[in-house]
Amino acid sequence: MAEAKLQETATEAMISTLSMPQGGWAQPAREDALARVRAMGLPQRRDEYWKFTRPDTLTQAEPVPAAIFEHGDAPMFDGIDRLRIVFADGEFDADASDDLSLEGVKIERLATAMSDLHWARDLYGTLEKNGQNPVPRPLAALNTAFATDGVLIHVTGRPSKPINLIYKHKSETSDAMLHHIVKLDAGAEMTLLENGPAAARFNTVMEVDVADTARFHHVRAQGRDHERRAATHLFTRLGTESLLKSFTVTVNGAMTRNECVIELTGDDASAHVAGASVGDGDFHHDDTVFITHDAVNCESRQVYKKVLRNGATGVFQGKILVKEGAQKTDGYQISQSLLLDGDSQFLAKPELEIYADDVACSHGSTSGAIDEEALFYLRARGVSHAEATDLLTLAFLAEAVEEIESENLREEIIGRLSSWLERRSG
Amino acid sequence: MLSIKNLHVELEDEDKKILKGVDLEVEAGKVHAIMGPNGSGKSTLSYVLSGKDGYEVTDGSATLEGNDLLDLEPEERAAAGLFLAFQYPVEIPGVGNMTFLRTAVNAQRKARGEEEMSAADFLKEIRAKAKDLKIDADMLKRPVNMGFSGGEKKRNEILQMAMLEPKMCILDETDSGLDVDAMKLVAEGVNALRNEGRGFLVITHYQRLLDHIKPDVVHIMSDGRIIKTGGPELALEVEHNGYADILAEVA
Repeated sequence: MAEAKLQETATEAMISTLSMPQGGWAQPAREDALARVRAMGLPQRRDEYWKFTRPDTLTQAEPVPAAIFEHGDAPMFDGIDRLRIVFADGEFDADASDDLSLEGVKIERLATAMSDLHWARDLYGTLEKNGQNPVPRPLAALNTAFATDGVLIHVTGRPSKPINLIYKHKSETSDAMLHHIVKLDAGAEMTLLENGPAAARFNTVMEVDVADTARFHHVRAQGRDHERRAATHLFTRLGTESLLKSFTVTVNGAMTRNECVIELTGDDASAHVAGASVGDGDFHHDDTVFITHDAVNCESRQVYKKVLRNGATGVFQGKILVKEGAQKTDGYQISQSLLLDGDSQFLAKPELEIYADDVACSHGSTSGAIDEEALFYLRARGVSHAEATDLLTLAFLAEAVEEIESENLREEIIGRLSSWLERRSG
Repeated sequence: MLSIKNLHVELEDEDKKILKGVDLEVEAGKVHAIMGPNGSGKSTLSYVLSGKDGYEVTDGSATLEGNDLLDLEPEERAAAGLFLAFQYPVEIPGVGNMTFLRTAVNAQRKARGEEEMSAADFLKEIRAKAKDLKIDADMLKRPVNMGFSGGEKKRNEILQMAMLEPKMCILDETDSGLDVDAMKLVAEGVNALRNEGRGFLVITHYQRLLDHIKPDVVHIMSDGRIIKTGGPELALEVEHNGYADILAEVA
C-alpha cells in the first residue's frame, strides 16, 4: 500500500509540472492518455520491465541538468540529400528547418495542425494505447497526454529524399516531449532520419501506421553527448506485404531507453529492428523490443549489438509473441555484447511466446571479449593494437548496421562509428 | 638477416620448457627449412618470433637485421619486415579481406614513415597479385578467411605476403591440409617472392613441400633443439627413413 501511495505521489508530482495543450482534435486522446498514466502510475524499479534500468531520472519531476555537448563533427547525415526539420529543446525551429514541402508526402506539425477532421486523429495515441498491453509503458502515455509538438507525416507516394528530424539541445535543464505520427498509404515508401541530443531529458513517441505494401525506413543516431537522458518509443502497425526497417546507433548517453513495439497485422509483412551502441563509462543503454505476430507468413528480425567499456551497462529485453493462427512465422532475435573490460555489464532478457504450431523462431544472446586470436592475426600483419581493436569492434557492430537498406546510409553510419572509435582510442 | 641465439622458451601458464637452446642464422636470399616430428617446438618457434602471447623467453636472443625482435610488439615486428604465414589462418567475421589488407599495408608503411598507398594503386596491385594466386574478386570481398577452404586460406596467406613484401618470411606448416594442386599453387606463389634480399624459414613436417620450394639449408628439430643441419638431401633422408634414424644417430 505504501509503495502504491509513493508511486501515486511521484506520478502526480510529474503531472503537476506539465501542462496539457488545450483544444483541437487531439484533446480527447490526450485526456484518455492522462487517465492511462494515472491508472498505471509511472515506472518503478520493482516493475518487471524496469528491473535492469532505473527509471528514476526519467520519472522524477525535474530533469537532471545536462551539459551542452559540442562535438565539432560535421552534422550527422550531412552527406545525404534530405529535408530537415529542426527542433531545439523540443521547440520547432523554423529558421533552421527546410520548407516543409516535398512531393509524395504531406508534413504538418502537431502544434499547428488544427482542422477538426484531421487524419491523424484516428492514430494519435491509438498505437500507443494498443502497445500498453500486456506490458505497460506509462512514459509513452505521458507523452501522448503532454507532448508539446511533433510532426504529422502523411506519405502518399515515394518522396525523393529522406525527412530528417534534427534535435538540438540548447538549455542545460530542458525537458522535451515530442510526439510524431507517420502514416504510409498503400504502396508508399519513405525514409525517416532522426538525430541530435534534443534536450537534457527527452521523451518521444512515434506512431507509424504502415498500410499494405508500404515500406518505412527509419535510421536514428543518438550520440555523442554524455549526459543525455532519453526515453523513446516507436509503435508500428504493419499491413499486408509491408515492411519496416528501423535502425538506431547510440554512442554515449547517461540514460537511454529505446522501446520498440511492433505489430504485424497483415500477412507476409516484414519487420527488422536493429541497434548498434557504443558505451564508455557512465553509459546506460536499454533496448526494449516487443514484436507481435498476428498474421500469416510474416518475418521479424531483431539484431542488437553493444560495445561496452569502463563500467558501461547495456540492457536488452526482446520479445517475440506469436499469436494463435500466425502460422509460418519466421522470427529471429540476436543480442550480443562485446565487453572490452571486466567492469562493464550486459543484461539480457530474450523472450519467446508462441501460440501457433507451424513457426520458426530463434533467439540468441552472447557476451564476449575481443577475440584474441583475431587480434594477434591483425597485429602480426602490422596493424596496431588500438587499430585492430577498432576494426574488430566495427566488425562486431556491422551485423546490426547491415540491417539498413540504403548503402549511402550504411556508409554514413559506418563512417561515423569508425571515426568515433578512432578518436576514442587515439 | 634472422639471427637466433641460444633461444630458450617456456609456456607462460605451465612450467613447461618448449625451446631448449635454438641457434639459427637465415641469410638474405636463402631458404631454410625446419623439419621435425610433432611436438619438437617448430610452431612455437614461429609464434615466439612473431610475438604471440603465452610464451616466456627465459634465455637467448632473436634479431632481424640487428633489431631485437623479442623487445618489439607483434605489429612492430611486422613493420620491421617479419611475416608469419599461419598454420591456421584466423577467420574474422565482419572485416572484409580487402579492407584488412589495405589497413595492414598502410599501417606498416606508416610505421616505417612511408607514404600510404593510394586506393587506386592498392587496387591495381592486389588485383594483379590475386590473379597469380587464382584468388577471385569474391574472395577479396568476403570477410577475412570466412568460408574459405583450406587451400584458399593458405593462398590468402601468400597473397598477404606478396602485398606486404616482408624481408623475412616464416611459413608454418603451409602444406598442411593441402592437396597436391593447391600445394603447387602456394609454392609457385612463394617461389615468385624469392629474391636476393629476402629470407625464408619454411617449417614443415613432410618433405613434399620442399619438392616445390627448394631449400638451401635443412634443419632437423627435436625436443626444442636443432639437432642436425644439412643440404636438401637431409630432407630426402627424412622422407625415406623417417625421423627415427636421425634421432638415434644424434643420441
